[in-house]
Amino acid sequence: MSAAPPPLSVRQLTVAYGERPAVWDVSWDAPPGLTAIVGPNGAGKSTLLKATLGLVPALSGEVRFFGRPLAEVRDRVGYLPQRASVDWDFPATALDVVAMARYPRMRWWGPIPRRHREAARDALAQVGLADLAGRQIGMLSGGQQQRVFLARALAQDADLVLMDEPFAAVDAATEEAIVQVLRDLAASGRHVVAVHHDLGTVPAYFGSVLLLNTRVFAAGPVARAFSAAAIAQTYGARLPVLEQALLSGAEGGGG
Amino acid sequence: MLIPYNTLVVLLGCALLGVAAGTVGTFALLRGRALVADAIGHAALPGVALAALVVGAVGADPRSLPPLLAGAALAGLLGVLAVQALSRTGRIREDAAIAVVLSAFYAAGVALLSWLQTRPGAAQAGLSKFILGQAAAMRAEDAIIAAAVAGACLLVVLLAFQALRAASFDPDFARVQGLAVGRVDLLLLGLLVVVCVAGLQAVGLILVVALLVLPAATARLLTHRLPRMLAIAAAVGAVAGAGGAMASAWRPEVPTGAAVVLAAAAMFSLALLFSPGRGLLARGAIRLRRRLSADTDHFLRAAWEAQEAAGAGPGTAGDRWASIESVAATRGWTPGRARRLARWLALRGLVACAQGHVHLTPLGATAARRAVRAHRVVEHHLLAAGAADIASADRLADLVEHGLPAEMAARLLPEPSALPDSPHALGKGTP
Repeated sequence: MSAAPPPLSVRQLTVAYGERPAVWDVSWDAPPGLTAIVGPNGAGKSTLLKATLGLVPALSGEVRFFGRPLAEVRDRVGYLPQRASVDWDFPATALDVVAMARYPRMRWWGPIPRRHREAARDALAQVGLADLAGRQIGMLSGGQQQRVFLARALAQDADLVLMDEPFAAVDAATEEAIVQVLRDLAASGRHVVAVHHDLGTVPAYFGSVLLLNTRVFAAGPVARAFSAAAIAQTYGARLPVLEQALLSGAEGGGG
Repeated sequence: MLIPYNTLVVLLGCALLGVAAGTVGTFALLRGRALVADAIGHAALPGVALAALVVGAVGADPRSLPPLLAGAALAGLLGVLAVQALSRTGRIREDAAIAVVLSAFYAAGVALLSWLQTRPGAAQAGLSKFILGQAAAMRAEDAIIAAAVAGACLLVVLLAFQALRAASFDPDFARVQGLAVGRVDLLLLGLLVVVCVAGLQAVGLILVVALLVLPAATARLLTHRLPRMLAIAAAVGAVAGAGGAMASAWRPEVPTGAAVVLAAAAMFSLALLFSPGRGLLARGAIRLRRRLSADTDHFLRAAWEAQEAAGAGPGTAGDRWASIESVAATRGWTPGRARRLARWLALRGLVACAQGHVHLTPLGATAARRAVRAHRVVEHHLLAAGAADIASADRLADLVEHGLPAEMAARLLPEPSALPDSPHALGKGTP
């Protein structure tokens, strides 16, 4: 079992919107554990994630989850989309949304069976929203909505969860809850690949990193791949001064 | 009064049609397909005309409904496919594509109908009723066809409920889970076509979209739960459908479609005004209450601080009289507004009013102390967090302090605590 296939493996993946390539010839194996995809705005991070899941069409390339095509292992792959991708005025409660994660395991008609409802409640409790299960999702704060999405991804009970900007525009309590969930997932042998925008927290939250700007600039354990030189290359001249300062602070603290 | 058999059947048929339209319309609304329903309705007209032409040519019964409905369904489907093809070219957006297809198909239908009317024969006589709907002209067997179609739609919606909900809320997530979202969308489209076509004779092709959208929109105003929304939309649709058919039975010159839609629109308007959660009146009441509560805090704080500025210590500031004018000047209110507020606060027992001055009652002093502390704590907090200057901290605190969530207020304002000093000078010059 030492040669277990990686949770996510991408070969020569190219995606283009119109004539501009968003992801160019990416070949990459996600290592076990927690991995961040990092890069400047418009670097194709979310596009890469969506392309692996078949949500945007790839021009070429091959994607494997645990060594197999997605269609064969869908129950092992979870997804946390960006919060802004849905209409939060939808008539549903937090519990309704989380329970949607269980549809593939249910018969497709009739009410939601009790054990799936319980699984959804557990997931909500894990992100600290047990009390808000019955609240309409439009009445939750932005951070709470993000945690509802996180709970839905947890309720999928997947071995690998792909997260699209889980920390985007969240409050401190939500960020803490997400970090705790990431650590719990890693502790139970699950894997996470997350698009991440905050360079300063990469070393604290993640074990491995993929530096992406349309193509791969560096990949590997944070200690090796997340070097100042590689980051500067990835971002070109676009790294804001503030981020640079944060980064040197984080490196000093971590190393 | 005994209702004739034919009328009764038509009535029930229209009610069932309303139920189907309400439930299918709910998902059309949630999936953002309301305008597509409009396109289907209008696109059906040339189908009806062509079908009538063919029926007339082969010499079949010109009043027979199924061929006309089949023609309508085909044309409606063609219209939707045209919309999708147009928007997929990327040259125009979907709303423009819908407008183009809707008007082009409808124009073709009108032209065909006018031409048909110049031809001899009876086939064309009743066709214009498809445009505005005329339930009174329906025969019992027509109503039974419409009812059966509507019933089948209802059944399909209930069976596919989970899939429709998943695809409507978050299609990408559903796709990752392995749900064939494309097929679910196609199913919804098919249901829309079928409901539109089933409603052609009763409601007419121009207004059938309203029967799909209005009950669903009404229901959305009344509930946050999808199952309840489906039930309410079905009920509203049934009442509108039956009501419209009844109006058409009593006064055959009233177009059924108009009656049905007006009934649904009336229910929608009522819900929009009076819904307890999302209605305009409820929203207005909440806004008014918030504004009053903010004004109350501001008035009490201004009265308190006017006394502090006049030399009263923090412990005694509640004991003196403050002039309403100085409160108005501090807040930048007109004197009239300050006087009205003072009267309102006196009614609530927070102040006593006399000769243009106010005196805080014990109740009012407690509330004033709380308001002053909340404001100053938030001010100090904003200054510590790097607010540019004291004036902007004061202004920001005014905006923030009333909307603090309970848990944050508890963290910022532990009870009991001493009254902090104001970070800025008090008196008339304060913004």
